Amino acid sequence: MGKTEIFPLKQETDIVIVRQRVRKAAEAVRLGLVSQTKIVTAASEIARNALIYGGGGECVIEETTKDGRGAVRLVISDQGEGIANLDRAMVDGYTSGSGMGLGLGGAKRLVDQFAIESQPGQGTRIELWKWR
Amino acid sequence: MSVPVIAELLKKHESELLQEWIASQRAAGIRTDLIDEGTVLNNSRELLKLLSIAALGGIDDLGSAEWKPVRNMIEALSRTQSRQGFSPSETATFVFSLKEPLFAKIQANCADPASEMLKASQLLDKLGLYSMESYMTGRESVIREQQESMLELSTPVVELWKGVLAIPLIGSLDSNRTQIVMEALLEKIVQTESEIAIIDITGVPTVDTMVAQHLLKTVTAAKLMGARCIISGIRPQIAATIVHLGVELGDVITKSSLADAFSVALKELDIRLVKGSLR
Ligand SMILES: Nc1ncnc2c1ncn2[C@@H]1O[C@H](COP(=O)(O)OP(=O)(O)O)[C@@H](O)[C@H]1O
Ligand SMILES: [Mg+2]
Repeated sequence: MGKTEIFPLKQETDIVIVRQRVRKAAEAVRLGLVSQTKIVTAASEIARNALIYGGGGECVIEETTKDGRGAVRLVISDQGEGIANLDRAMVDGYTSGSGMGLGLGGAKRLVDQFAIESQPGQGTRIELWKWR
Repeated sequence: MSVPVIAELLKKHESELLQEWIASQRAAGIRTDLIDEGTVLNNSRELLKLLSIAALGGIDDLGSAEWKPVRNMIEALSRTQSRQGFSPSETATFVFSLKEPLFAKIQANCADPASEMLKASQLLDKLGLYSMESYMTGRESVIREQQESMLELSTPVVELWKGVLAIPLIGSLDSNRTQIVMEALLEKIVQTESEIAIIDITGVPTVDTMVAQHLLKTVTAAKLMGARCIISGIRPQIAATIVHLGVELGDVITKSSLADAFSVALKELDIRLVKGSLR
């Protein structure tokens, strides 16, 4: 069945590795070039958030299927401070740091399915799907 | 406190143990392509000596000051071996292959061999694990060095024409590297008094909001210095992604290829290239 791997997100170079592995997974389930680039970019956004705002975390990469079609499923989680106001965080242009504030909204638009759970003080968990 | 039995054995049978240990390393296979037997012999002799000294003070707390020389030696050897291309098991074998000869000595010399063997086994297991940890640390530092040297792969800023610079970006752009590269570009703009800078991203696999932000900042800074930027090499999949991210490139000129960007640059400088045959 599907292949699942877990990667740490502790330092900047881990994001590079996650991007490479997501690209590999997307190729393996035969996503098109545009879809590959979209899921890789979404992963890069969410992974960087986990690192910068969540104090580090991990990324689960799964090669799987969705309704019989090849799919990549990512779960990126951290045990950081969480997001107190999710609606505000999702708004394009909102940043509590010095970013562009487009990571969360952008990642959501780049994938086929996006789910976010965040508890203040407990951390954040984001699930991303892209399928053929 | 009485001297541990193992310490006595190590001391008393040092030269025999050394020979048998070497034999058992040989039996396990010595990587003579990576290390010569003379070195193996010296290392083994040295470690055995350090072991017998450290064991005098007890064999339970390997974190103690008495055990420091042993730890240091195992650490240095294991790190070196990870750099030299030894496998993890080849590295661990060095320590573990002392078990057999030491057990044999215990068997032959002790009233209560079972309990001494257990102690010896625990001791060598701990040292073996320590050797593994050191090996891994060595590995990690090799990897880190490689990563850093990749960061330093300097991206050249090239002058295509008087007043036209180009910087072909290749590979993953992360904060550090992007920063370095962009600063290099700005410096060169000042130095050459260029009017146009072409940033080519054909070789960049992913453009996320951080990369986009760096690009936009560079464009703004270049403008302040009197130079215009053209971003070239935006492949279709990258263009689609940027749109979905919601990044606005504003009034930045974009071209699909470096060649297109170059001809725009020449046009802006009012330079016309004419084919020689027309003469
Ligand atoms: N994993 C996280 N943990 C805590 N806060 C987060 C996390 N991810 C995002 N946020 C919050 O949501 C905001 C918006 O994130 P994002 O859209 O990626 O923009 P940016 O990263 O540019 O700030 C962040 O500034 C931060 O306050
Ligand atoms: Mg972000």
